[in-house]
Amino acid sequence: MNIRYTVPAAATALLAIAGTAQADDLTLCWAAWDPANALVELSKDFEAKSGNNMSFEFVPWPNFADRMLNELNSGGKLCDLMIGDSQWIGLGAEAGHYVKLNDFFEANGISMDDFIPATVTGYSEWPKGTPNYWALPAFGDVVGWTYRKDWFERPELQAEFKEKYGRELKAPDTLDELKDIAEFFQGRDIDGTTVYGAAIYTERGSEGITMGVTNALYNYGFSYGTPEEPYKLEGVVNSPEAAKGLEYYKALYDCCTPPGSSDWYMSEDIDAYKSGQVALQMNFAFIWPGVEADPNVGGGKSGYFPNPAGPDGHFAQLGGQGISVVSYSDSQDAALEYIKWFAQPEVQAKWWELGGYSALKAVVEDPGFATSQPYAQTFLDSMAIVKDFWAEPAYASLLLSMQDHVHKYVVAGEGTAQEALDGLVADWTEIFQDEGKM
Amino acid sequence: MSQSVITRAAEATPPGLARRFRGLSDRTIAWIFVAPTIFLLLAVNIFPLIWTIRLSFTNFRANRPNAGVEWIGLRNYDRILTDSDIWQTMQATAHFLCWTIVLQVLIGFSLAWLINRKFKGNDLWTTIIVLPMMLSPAVVGNFWTFLYQPQIGLFNYVVGFFTGADPTSFSMIGSVSLAPWAIIIVDTWMWTPFVMLICLAGLRSIPDSIYEAAECDRASKWRQFWTITVPMVLPFLMLAVLFRGIENFKMFDLVVQLTGGGPGSTTELTSINLKREAFEKWRTGYASAYAIILFVTVFGLASIYVKALNKVKER
Repeated sequence: MNIRYTVPAAATALLAIAGTAQADDLTLCWAAWDPANALVELSKDFEAKSGNNMSFEFVPWPNFADRMLNELNSGGKLCDLMIGDSQWIGLGAEAGHYVKLNDFFEANGISMDDFIPATVTGYSEWPKGTPNYWALPAFGDVVGWTYRKDWFERPELQAEFKEKYGRELKAPDTLDELKDIAEFFQGRDIDGTTVYGAAIYTERGSEGITMGVTNALYNYGFSYGTPEEPYKLEGVVNSPEAAKGLEYYKALYDCCTPPGSSDWYMSEDIDAYKSGQVALQMNFAFIWPGVEADPNVGGGKSGYFPNPAGPDGHFAQLGGQGISVVSYSDSQDAALEYIKWFAQPEVQAKWWELGGYSALKAVVEDPGFATSQPYAQTFLDSMAIVKDFWAEPAYASLLLSMQDHVHKYVVAGEGTAQEALDGLVADWTEIFQDEGKM
Repeated sequence: MSQSVITRAAEATPPGLARRFRGLSDRTIAWIFVAPTIFLLLAVNIFPLIWTIRLSFTNFRANRPNAGVEWIGLRNYDRILTDSDIWQTMQATAHFLCWTIVLQVLIGFSLAWLINRKFKGNDLWTTIIVLPMMLSPAVVGNFWTFLYQPQIGLFNYVVGFFTGADPTSFSMIGSVSLAPWAIIIVDTWMWTPFVMLICLAGLRSIPDSIYEAAECDRASKWRQFWTITVPMVLPFLMLAVLFRGIENFKMFDLVVQLTGGGPGSTTELTSINLKREAFEKWRTGYASAYAIILFVTVFGLASIYVKALNKVKER
């Protein structure tokens, strides 16, 4: 072989060997749900291009926070990449679990202006409202509603509804309209089966009822603080308007949910809806591809609408997550390489195709996006009205206090809505005082 | 470990053993054998206990190892003892303990008494009765949630069949008044066989000659039951109560599966509440104080009970 060819060939071989030697085994940690399976599929492309091997650690939602926060708190090296819940961002940043990504974003031309603003605030920033980024928006999610379009379209039901309420039976625009519809279907016989109004979040143990009730509270005037005083709780969290929002949610639970739905969250709501028990289902948007694909309720039988407006606002509870590099990882460079790959518009477009909800503007603002799926427009409308729970480092204490107070009132019927919110203010005040923030 | 224990161990050491360890005294050899146990005891029991007591006076959070830890005196204890929610969980635990023990003792003893009478197939019945206690509490909790399901659950259907009530009109685990009973029913179903087995052992330990003597004295069956059976089975029953009391005080998995502590906090027992404080809210210092209070309570109650048990055994 001529020296002219030998030297470059040897150099190429050496580079290839060096490339192989640099190949890393990366573990990505997330919840065990449908989008995670889509991510496994998507990541095959990264493996092929980078030479790194991807492993995945997926934990079912009820144990996700316990398992992953234990991992982070103990400085574990299991996860190189973490798609942690949006509320964890404050803890991840302040406890040093996540790598700060500002310099990396700047060096690689990744701009947060390219992502839906709400997802940047919700999934990436800490402190909120400041340009300090600890994650790349990975999966946009929001609470919305699914309804049995095929039932709504039945002429006899349309006629009966119009006679009773004086308006068309269609997806509701307001929370009051939603309750009317749920009441209309409650206990109704459809095709020989007794059906119920709505499957809503009532789960007590982790975050379920909070993720549900906030969709009513926000729209009745509840807020976590004021722009001037972020920790002003008195009169904001427990305002009379907020109490009315809580009363609304309890009324919806009492009048229009299936018997025994006292501890329901995502999976129970899905089951009730897919099995034809309920006309309406509150759930995070991630389930919509699964609804469409379901033989019982998919294929045009279901419709989607954003959380309806209330008397004092129009918001929906933000879900979703950002992807972070775990600071205890020994493969941080490879993990950052994954994030760089994941942020590319073509990868994000494929992510949406596979069932993942991209937060990249280039994807969601594409002219064909809104019609790409039956639920795409509802996703866009919902993402425009999101509000998130506290992302404070003490979010877990804040969340569980809210779970306790709200569940006691809504499900167990203890005390009044005002007492529940007053108790919540007392608890949250104590927590923030312990944190030195009040 | 007291000095007298070491002395006793040294005295009990065979002379031949001491000869093999030349230059070591019996006392030293005894220490060599006892030391690993003492070390393990200190490492696994005593050190964590002392550490927990220390943490109970601080605001330490295990999920924030970088944050400064402050000494806050008795504030954690003050908060716990004045927290109405904690008292509610204590009340729920007491309610659960009392009813499960009463029901399990009554039904368990009755079953043991029936099984003890010789009849055809009693071995088969014994096997069938003890089946529930062989299952995992988490599994039991899971399948009873289906049994309690208002739309498809067998339990509601059976109740509806006997009472005429609409099976879908009530939810055992979704109702504040019924949820505690839903748990009591499952726990009783699962653990009554355990009490039955202990009572059966007690019944079978009573010599037939005592009953024969009573027959000779023309004592009625009722009198035999109260003067022979009950007193002789009582120590066994008390032991069963002790075991079930300890087990049910730390009950966790079954309740978590069945109700998750709800609705509201109706079935939130102290073990569940403590776990939430320690490993969900991550208030480690607060949870340590909580654990110490529970430890002192259980230790005090158990000491009194064991004294009573010993007195019964001495009779």
